[in-house]
Amino acid sequence: MITCREASEWVSAYADHELDAVSSLQMESHLAQCPRCRAALERVDAVRAAVGSAGLTYAPPADLASRVHATVRREASPTRRRWEWAALPGVAIAAMLAWLVVGNLGRGAERRLVDELVAGHVRSLMVDHLVDVASTDQHTVRPWFNGKIDFAPPVADFAASGFALVGGRMDYVEGRPAAALVYRHQAHLVNLFIWPNRAGTTGLETSTADGYSLVHWNDRDLAYWAVSDLNLRDLARLADLVRDSRPRAAPAGE
Amino acid sequence: MPHLGAAYNLARWLTRSEHDADDVVQDAYLRAFRGFSGYRGGDARTWLLRIVRNTSYTWLRQRRGETVSEGADELGELPDYDAVDPEAQLIGQADAARVRTALDTLPVELREAVVLRELEGLSYKEIAEVADVPLGTVMSRLSRGRKYLERALREPAGGRE
Repeated sequence: MITCREASEWVSAYADHELDAVSSLQMESHLAQCPRCRAALERVDAVRAAVGSAGLTYAPPADLASRVHATVRREASPTRRRWEWAALPGVAIAAMLAWLVVGNLGRGAERRLVDELVAGHVRSLMVDHLVDVASTDQHTVRPWFNGKIDFAPPVADFAASGFALVGGRMDYVEGRPAAALVYRHQAHLVNLFIWPNRAGTTGLETSTADGYSLVHWNDRDLAYWAVSDLNLRDLARLADLVRDSRPRAAPAGE
Repeated sequence: MPHLGAAYNLARWLTRSEHDADDVVQDAYLRAFRGFSGYRGGDARTWLLRIVRNTSYTWLRQRRGETVSEGADELGELPDYDAVDPEAQLIGQADAARVRTALDTLPVELREAVVLRELEGLSYKEIAEVADVPLGTVMSRLSRGRKYLERALREPAGGRE
């Protein structure tokens, strides 16, 4: 048995479901026979409701993200290099931010694919496995996929429009092989995931997850997902370039 | 920028200043970046919030000369439930500004626990990691924080309506 004194110390944690199983049971049997402590529990719940419903969360100023980014970028500049991979400040910052994001993934089944794609993007930046074939030449990257996957991803370089082809690699999305093309836009990297799909052609859908932008569309027999820390507008621009570049009479498959 | 909302909200509540919260967040992300190579796994949000929290405290000590982390856990008398007027209604739901003021006047360690729990939804274990205190301390801070809040929200503001 516990006393009212103990119950009064525990009631807050009990309301939060943070008591261990034994204490929780003791608490329940005490509450069952003590109206005074039941009232105390109600008061804790009332305070929680009052705090929770008062809209107390402060939103950051709109430009804070970009100012933080600029501060970190200055720190990472070559003159202040602290460790080797800081030599590539854009990549280093992206990697750090990506790492911060990983702990936040995987909430909600409907977001599983989005999370998987963001994780794939993050992983490609983290583990030094951005590309299997590093080339800005579409004629090198395209044949590289032959025999590795059973479809032909359209590979094109858009350096003239600001999106330079970095290379390509094999990846897995939802347990099946996917082609990942990597583009660079200024300091930002984009992973463009492509795999076969029967949904037919659809328009662009945009979403964000954990600070990353995603643009999705289907073009005839292929599904496309672009993931990046770029803003949605620029990412959609790449999507348009990719869509426009694919010949209307492209051979499906081979 | 991951977790920026949580980072800013915590800094804003701890420093109680828009301007200082802004500086603290920039400083914290910089520290996170410098210390990134020392990051050894675990929840990234917790890791970042711990840096924000420590940066806020340093800020409070240096810029404001405020004393923090001293005696908060032995702080004053708990409100006695018997002393609370059972007829007094909790006014919180109807008066967000008053809830905000009540939270603002909590001792910083209690405020921190309440913000992390109620606004950011952290578990006790996560709060313990952010604040670098034992689990039991988190439990008692939240309990005390809520009792302070209850008292503040029950006191009639200019008479009963």
